[in-house]
Amino acid sequence: MRVPVSWLREYAPVPEPYDALEVGRRLTQAGLEVEAVEQAGHDVHGVLTAQVITIEELTEFKKPIRYCRVAVSDAELTADPATLTGVICGAVNFKEGDRVAFAAVGAMLPGGFEITAAKKYGRTSQGMICAVDELGIGEDHSGILVLPPDTPLGVDFAEYAGLRDDVLEITVTPDRGYAVSVRGVARELASAYQVPFTDPAQTFVPGEDASGIDAPAGTADAETGNRDGSTGPWPAEIGDPTACDRFVLREVRGLDPRARTPLWMQVRLARCGHRSVSLAVDVTNYLMIELGQPLHAFDRAKLHGTIVVRRARPGETLTTLDHVTRTLHADDILITDDTGPISMAGTMGGLATEIDDDSTDIVIEGAHFSDTGTAKMSRRHRLHSEASYRFERGTDRELPLRATARAAALLASLGGATIVPGATHAQVPVTPVSISMAADYPDRVAGVVYGMDTVVARLQEVGCEVRSTQAGQAPTIAPWRARAPEPPAGHDPARNHGAHDHGGSHDRQLTVLLVTPPSWRPDLTDPADLAEEVIRLEGYGNVPVRQPRATAGQGLTERQQALRAIARTLGAAGFVEVHSDPFAPADEADSLMLAPEDPRRPAVKVANPLSEDQPQLRTTLLPGLFRTLVRNVGRGFPDTALFETGQVFLPRPGAPGIAPILATDRGPTEAELATLAAALPDQPPRVAGVLAGSRELPGWWGPGRAAAWADAIEAARSVGAATHLAFEVRAAAEAPWHPGRCAALYVHGSSGGEWLAGHGGELHPRVIAAYGLPPRTSAFELDLAVLSAAAAAAPPVHGPALSAYPLATQDVALVVAEEVPAAEVAAALRAGAGELLEDLRLFDVYTGAQLAAGRKSLAYTLRLRAPDRTLTAAEATAARDAAVSEATRRTGAVLRA
Amino acid sequence: MSAPNKNYDPVEVTALTADEVERATQAALTAIAAAKTLDALKEARLAHAGDKAPLSAARAEIGALPPQARADAGRRVGAATAQVREALKQRQEQLEHERDEQVLITERVDVTLPYDRQPAGARHPVTMIADKLSDVFVAMGYEVAEGPEAEAEWYNFDALNIPPDHPAREMQDTLFIAPPDGSPPGARSGMVLRTHTSPVQIRSLLTRPLPLYVVSPGKVYRNEALDATHLPVFYQIEGLAVDEGLTMADLRGAIQAFVDTLFGAGLRTRLRPDYFPFTEPSADVSMECHVCRGESTKPGADPCRVCRSMGWIEIAGCGMVNPRVLVACGIDPDRYSGFAFGLGIERSLMLANGINEIRDTYDGDVRFSRAFGMEI
Repeated sequence: MRVPVSWLREYAPVPEPYDALEVGRRLTQAGLEVEAVEQAGHDVHGVLTAQVITIEELTEFKKPIRYCRVAVSDAELTADPATLTGVICGAVNFKEGDRVAFAAVGAMLPGGFEITAAKKYGRTSQGMICAVDELGIGEDHSGILVLPPDTPLGVDFAEYAGLRDDVLEITVTPDRGYAVSVRGVARELASAYQVPFTDPAQTFVPGEDASGIDAPAGTADAETGNRDGSTGPWPAEIGDPTACDRFVLREVRGLDPRARTPLWMQVRLARCGHRSVSLAVDVTNYLMIELGQPLHAFDRAKLHGTIVVRRARPGETLTTLDHVTRTLHADDILITDDTGPISMAGTMGGLATEIDDDSTDIVIEGAHFSDTGTAKMSRRHRLHSEASYRFERGTDRELPLRATARAAALLASLGGATIVPGATHAQVPVTPVSISMAADYPDRVAGVVYGMDTVVARLQEVGCEVRSTQAGQAPTIAPWRARAPEPPAGHDPARNHGAHDHGGSHDRQLTVLLVTPPSWRPDLTDPADLAEEVIRLEGYGNVPVRQPRATAGQGLTERQQALRAIARTLGAAGFVEVHSDPFAPADEADSLMLAPEDPRRPAVKVANPLSEDQPQLRTTLLPGLFRTLVRNVGRGFPDTALFETGQVFLPRPGAPGIAPILATDRGPTEAELATLAAALPDQPPRVAGVLAGSRELPGWWGPGRAAAWADAIEAARSVGAATHLAFEVRAAAEAPWHPGRCAALYVHGSSGGEWLAGHGGELHPRVIAAYGLPPRTSAFELDLAVLSAAAAAAPPVHGPALSAYPLATQDVALVVAEEVPAAEVAAALRAGAGELLEDLRLFDVYTGAQLAAGRKSLAYTLRLRAPDRTLTAAEATAARDAAVSEATRRTGAVLRA
Repeated sequence: MSAPNKNYDPVEVTALTADEVERATQAALTAIAAAKTLDALKEARLAHAGDKAPLSAARAEIGALPPQARADAGRRVGAATAQVREALKQRQEQLEHERDEQVLITERVDVTLPYDRQPAGARHPVTMIADKLSDVFVAMGYEVAEGPEAEAEWYNFDALNIPPDHPAREMQDTLFIAPPDGSPPGARSGMVLRTHTSPVQIRSLLTRPLPLYVVSPGKVYRNEALDATHLPVFYQIEGLAVDEGLTMADLRGAIQAFVDTLFGAGLRTRLRPDYFPFTEPSADVSMECHVCRGESTKPGADPCRVCRSMGWIEIAGCGMVNPRVLVACGIDPDRYSGFAFGLGIERSLMLANGINEIRDTYDGDVRFSRAFGMEI
């Protein structure tokens, strides 16, 4: 919101000279964030009030041009016009004798525009008669600004019109609706400077001013303000008490449609960023800015029958002021008459009842609409107006009567209208809010002893009524909240953290403050809200800094440590961590060639996706990595390895898909929490990597080496190793991998069970094509939940007994059928060699002419060592022979000749 | 070696004259010194110390001398032989040393050759900052809590005192999970992609024993198109402390300790009123600019890019846990109070490491992560 300081000072007389930056600083400290302080009008110099003495129409040009002589002092009024300053003017909306703003030669206008004498249209123009936009007080350039006839001559216009001001740009948080007004900001300013505050809502009391008489009969009954429309203001009633609890109409007649908005009001509106439209609209805007009460003006001639505030009916539409015809929703709050909807309450008026250039009889509406009702409606129609902005933040229920009365009075005094006595006043009774708060509660929140006098004084400054009383207990939550129902069945009593045990602190008698917040602070409902008011007004800066108490934390969990170890391992192995886009196209599962029953096929959908092309959430990390890899290749990094850790989203089969909204006035039950957990998708953490191009680059050291399936599996193994897990690798045919180059990676539990941890290998050529990946791109993906579970179940690493006896090595070359996995041969050798086997290493794989077709030779080194003696050659040979015979038994391996 | 000569002829033993020995010695020393290589030295050894060398011949002749002359000649020849042997040894060592040195010289390589055989890996700086910030709090006794990214609305909003239709729950900022297929129009799933890490506060309050000190880093989602200053997916870290008797003074203490640890002691922190539904009172936290330390605000000073010459940098939002949040979690607000704070990790990264485009953190360009390496 933009507010000129001059307007604030009218109600909070901060003494001159004030420092505008300091004003901004103090308001910010009080909770109204001043984003900017703009100096307005300070760059206007040398503009004088003047009177047009003569007008000479220059007709030889394509457009009307006038050569005027202007007087800038009373003395010049009687001088010979020929001796007066001459000026060219292109506007025609003025006549001889009018008073104007005249920028003399040497004058400066906003934006550093300097006026110089110039030869124009054959005359010497010694200055400029200014239009509104040229003075920086509006956009109007349809004609020059004509001043009232009583304007003194020859005075500095900037001074006279109050152009020089400091405008504050304030960002108001959503809880402080009252501060979206001069009234609210001025109250805070008065507090900040400790100067007396004058409430602008109190300066004008309806009924006391002759122009705003409320006839006794005009204050209508509780539910409706229905009156005889022929003598009083237009009749109205509230049809839906949940939509509106106060609705006021006042009426003026005989408004002069040509009456102009006075200069001072125009200047203020301009400073607040409002365009001057017409007197009636300007008056409603002016009062909205000053008081925070949005007002709406109807053209009385366009109304038909009693006005009713109600919700929309099926099929109703309304064309609003912005010329958009809107289909209304059953929850929309409408102002209606006999013809149907005429306005969307607190949001935007209807076109059909808009006041126009000929409107003379005006019906002014001031109301207190439901904050959530207007919020929903403006959101539903994506229609955010100055009025809805205020209503959805909560307005002052006591303002409609006052604000409408002031509007009527202003239209009478400025526009020559006659006020129809009285007001149509429909309302629904509202129970006032009262909060009990222990007097020392703000102290306990802040950790500062303020004392009761300070607390009471600050609350009164805010506008609260405060009474003090004695009580045994003052709940932290307002009483209507604290009296939660008894915990329902199934509620864990242990979690109730001693709701009835206050550790003795409430046994004594407390001073309790009974606080009634003012009508403009609907946000104050709890003691915590009141504590914040006290603490912020006393200054957050005065809250001390207390050294943190040391708490006994258990540090990172093993899972959290493992995640970091995995990231470091992959990083050290040449993989670059990325955070890829978690959104996926609808056909992702097809691109990945997932089987119909693949658990990664069903996806969680986003109701309002960022992009229609990516309407669902990832079920695997791989595609995001694929797209990121392609982007990097496109940017000139063909030799790239990437990894990511993150959650994927898997709908639970048979889950309800809808999570209930639980109560908030008590803790949830275990059963309730279980319903939430059941609805949420399964979100297992994953780690995945993808690599393409060269794993090792060629260079002076020799040729490079292409990244291949083995690198992906090795990276997966290194992830396992980072969590002290060794995978059992088996051939698999899982999408999206190459069916002949895919490994399934299993971990074994101590109890003998096994879990599938994930897959790795080269990608399927069709997947590579579908994603535009480089040929032979390889990838792996592992479920971190499986790894953590297996790691947690695994016994701690057992330190080996190191034998210092000599090593005996035995090399064997075994010929097996090509389809026999090396892992099985190795397992057989291990089992056969027995305890003497310290390690086993495959050092060569051979297929070729020396072997029969379909056979391969695997060459192993067996490292044998005994813990307690030097092995004899016979022992080593025996171990080798046992290993080979076990391999023969299991895999049909024969020693290579 | 000749056997002692019993039948010597003094006339024939000219080699034993002092002059002859001296001459032979000098010839040997000259040849040894002149040997430039080990091979040359070997030849010199053969020529001057071998069996056929003059000195060897002389020694062989000693036996042929008359006994009275033997001692004198033996001493002379022995000294000469020793001198030659020593010269040979020294020259041998010298030449071997030179040969070894020469090997080292010829084996020299260009150690400035790059060895970028395997393209470099790296961790993502956002993850690293998240870890670093977590560690600061872990060191203070906090534990790291986590939660799901697809979250029930109740956790994300209601339990945090963000009522339906509140302006803080603006539709366009939240990504909603779609209801099951076949739901009636307008149906809602009651689930969202979490818009902040605050639902982890609720989960912690519901599952962990009190008192409670947790910090929760994580990914959050907003319905905002990717541009220079907005990300649809970004990272936050939040802290929550709930204990008996916690006050705003404790909150300020925790924040000050955090800033002290990250930036070193001596930077002041400042709280200004703000609004978050789940804290009351609420505040935004600024710290003195760690780069200019407020110097840039002085007249005529150089402008500061980091704090835009404001002297202060907004780093976090915070406040005292709203008692309504405690009630929604079944905790007695008369007994327990707490504080919470939260900050954007990308923003911390941008502040600390001079990143101008927030979307660089989201793009997956390897150059970005590689610039930060493995630790930050």
